[in-house]
Amino acid sequence: MSSLAELCVIESGASEAHSLDDYESEKPRWCKGCGDHGVLVALQRALRKNNLEPEEVVSVSGIGCSSRLPHYLNTYGFHGIHGRALPIATGVRLSRPELPVIVVMGDGDCFSIGGNHWLHAIRYNINAVVLVLDNEVYALTKMQVSPTTPDGWKTKTTPRGTYLQPMNPLSVVMGMTNVSFLAQTATWLPAHLDETIEKAWDHHGLSFVRILQRCPVFMPQAFGEGGLNFPVVFLENEDGIPVHPLLLKRGQTQAHNHRDINEAQRVAVSVDPAPMGLLYQNPDVPAYEEIRWGRQDRPDHPTFIERLDSVLDRYTVS
Amino acid sequence: MSGPRLVRLPEHIVEIVSDAGEGAQKAAIAFAQLCAKAGNGLWTVEIIPSEIQPPPHTTGSASGNRIRLAERSQVTNAGNLANVVLAFNEMALLSRLEAGSLADDVLVLIDDQWATHDNERYQRSYREVLDKFRARGATIVEIPMNAETVRHVEDAERGKNMFAVGLLCALYSKDLSVLQSIIRSIFEKKSRDVIEAAVKLAGAGYQYGIAHFEECFEIRPVPTDVSKVAMNGNTALALGAVSAGFELCSMYPITPATSASHALSEIFEDFGGFVHQAEDEIAAIGVALGASYAGKTALTITSGPGMALKTEFQGLAVMTETPLVIINVQRGGPSTGLPTKIEQSDLLHAIYGAPGDAPKVVVAPSTIEECFYILSVARKVAEEFRMLVIVLSDANLATGQQLFDRPDVSGTPQRPPLDLSPVPLGALPYDWDPTTGLSQRLIPGQPGGMGVTTSLNHDRDGKACYDSERNQRGHTMRSRKLAALQKSLTPPSVHGAPEGDLLLVGWGSTRGAIEEAVDMARDAGLAVSSLNIQFLSPLPPGLHEIFAGFRQITTVELNYSDDWEDPLITKENRRYGQLAWMLRAATLLDIDSYAKVPGRPYMPVEIFDEIKRILGDQPGTGSAAEPLLATKGAY
Repeated sequence: MSSLAELCVIESGASEAHSLDDYESEKPRWCKGCGDHGVLVALQRALRKNNLEPEEVVSVSGIGCSSRLPHYLNTYGFHGIHGRALPIATGVRLSRPELPVIVVMGDGDCFSIGGNHWLHAIRYNINAVVLVLDNEVYALTKMQVSPTTPDGWKTKTTPRGTYLQPMNPLSVVMGMTNVSFLAQTATWLPAHLDETIEKAWDHHGLSFVRILQRCPVFMPQAFGEGGLNFPVVFLENEDGIPVHPLLLKRGQTQAHNHRDINEAQRVAVSVDPAPMGLLYQNPDVPAYEEIRWGRQDRPDHPTFIERLDSVLDRYTVS
Repeated sequence: MSGPRLVRLPEHIVEIVSDAGEGAQKAAIAFAQLCAKAGNGLWTVEIIPSEIQPPPHTTGSASGNRIRLAERSQVTNAGNLANVVLAFNEMALLSRLEAGSLADDVLVLIDDQWATHDNERYQRSYREVLDKFRARGATIVEIPMNAETVRHVEDAERGKNMFAVGLLCALYSKDLSVLQSIIRSIFEKKSRDVIEAAVKLAGAGYQYGIAHFEECFEIRPVPTDVSKVAMNGNTALALGAVSAGFELCSMYPITPATSASHALSEIFEDFGGFVHQAEDEIAAIGVALGASYAGKTALTITSGPGMALKTEFQGLAVMTETPLVIINVQRGGPSTGLPTKIEQSDLLHAIYGAPGDAPKVVVAPSTIEECFYILSVARKVAEEFRMLVIVLSDANLATGQQLFDRPDVSGTPQRPPLDLSPVPLGALPYDWDPTTGLSQRLIPGQPGGMGVTTSLNHDRDGKACYDSERNQRGHTMRSRKLAALQKSLTPPSVHGAPEGDLLLVGWGSTRGAIEEAVDMARDAGLAVSSLNIQFLSPLPPGLHEIFAGFRQITTVELNYSDDWEDPLITKENRRYGQLAWMLRAATLLDIDSYAKVPGRPYMPVEIFDEIKRILGDQPGTGSAAEPLLATKGAY
């Protein structure tokens, strides 16, 4: 697997103004073998590729292993509370739409405690890159069942096996009004991960990316032991996520029209093999902050006072 | 031809009640505007049915307003028992008796259609209720409101309220043409026919009153050159938010707070602001916090149950020292409680409601005028101290209307552009001044200021840390800001003499009723004063010195306390009013509380009775008895 990773990472740029170091902060303290490391590097590459000044970017997270990511990314970061990254990100975008926003959540963070925010964030369609690092387990709290834990698997709160079918987050996203971008990738496919994050970055609107990643400590058997034995199908489209020939070892390809919502919904409900790539994209869905800014008037100071006075006139009785 | 006899009065309280949907509220709004335009001081209180579609012709369906109007321009509370009630049916009338709102000798104006109504049950209950009122000493004036209204419009239900407001215009000797222009503006958006019918009906009501009333009242306003505005507290909060320079309000609908967001939604986009209705209470504060983190001035507006949902985010705002303002328009609790009614039960929750030790600033406006100005204070404190500021309003302020001096907004400071200048090398995100805990916050976009703002414990460099020393330091720095703020406050001023037998201490909207009761008591020769506390966290300086002047201290609050007479209640287990808890802890004085949950504002007379009871229990006017404060000398 490691050789594949090395092969697939496309080191393109001598032309970028920033080096990856510019986006590095503290040394990551994730476990050895955790997929979070790969996502961090992929994000740093995307920042470099887009030649972003570190101070121009805001990364927002909730609580969980993956939510430590802003600590390790040299941008402005907000490491908030469990499940609530999306409202904070919405507040940032609404008030400072010039700042690119990255949101990083875990599966419990986004799909469970933050479920309501997740649904509505898709509907708001704020312009942000939203990554869910899905390891199918609550890892920071040391192995409880998550909404995506496979049926029957044992965790500390389900020592005799889980009781419910796992949730399919892709079909939830595809069921939401205003969905504008949905992709799925995995940390054991680093080139695909890079390309997916870049695609997400380029999208105008909320780019929702589910990243499958194994927790080497609490759920090492997940995803066929980290992709070694995990059936996937790569969605192929010339405007989609490129499928490098080396990836074909991992699964078949399937032609897919990510502009067609019905086709995307069909693909989203199929879980075996897991669809990898760009499921859906509609760049024409307006972003909430742009709708709001478009309808807002920003008067100069004298006009501001004049208007405030005329509002007071309505309540003036004598 | 001789008209009605004119009786001049210093003030009066009138209630207007109908079945929900019959328009008593609208009539009352028109009448209140009429009084306000004339220059009468006033205070209005909405009478709201607790259900959306209550069965008609029941006490539960009563909807309307209480209006207290006076010669003087300053009316600070809803007053005592009503002098006049105008009722569309006898059950609405009865509801006001059951609410304990009416004087025994109340003048009742009532639609007489029920006396001869097809429904015999209505006939009977109409007779019974009126007999009950007569027996209590009420004067009943039966008026063919329905019959008169149908002479002008087909459907009496759509117009009777305008006939009613015409009656009141005559009863209080107001100018009909002014009323008619008010009606035109209230119905501005309606069709011409509707407006003209309303204007005609008001005229008909007025003519009927002039022709039939034996007595009319005159409450002559004290002339003033000062321009006045009339609005409710929620509107005042909304306009205050604009004036204070807020740029984003993120909210979720909840009674009785929502109308503040409605008022803001009407205008905010014209001022470069947003009202964002979030998916839930948690997201509402989250969006506000995100906006504030990004450098904008943000607030969220809610009520008790919403406050509960926002507590985790409150802790986050405290921990990350992100400036934020929360308005809590308090209602009756716990749980859904009394959603439309007043209570002051969220004080301790506001101060302590967050995980861990989370020092917050809590302030409470005591008048509708203060609702306008308090947001400038809240914003300033939030931003300069990097703190969470909670503004505790309540349902009384929210829906009551008061006349106050028109704010002068000409000097409203200009919102400065965001300071995105580069951060000096080595600058820290929590560069705490060791004395005050204050630090300069960094805003995303400032070159060189990159770093994570974390909910974890952190040190001056903002980085997460877990050792005891740095945990203690973080706590100390956040707490010290509260002390630094306290040092900047001035002592509150006592209403009445600085010494006496009894000091009543209140907070929030009970101020008007308390001060009026104190005035009544002082007129009766009792040595009573009162104190309104606006800053509840931190408490203002000077309380010890003020308290030392009084033999007894009692808080007056609209929240729960155990009655001393209740079974099982002893000194050890008695639960006090919430401000009393705080003052007892802060002063080690045996401060009592008069704290109840009637779901309506206190009447001054109730507080006056309590003053008499307290001082009656312990007669002697200051000299003979031991002072309450055994430690008096220590101050």
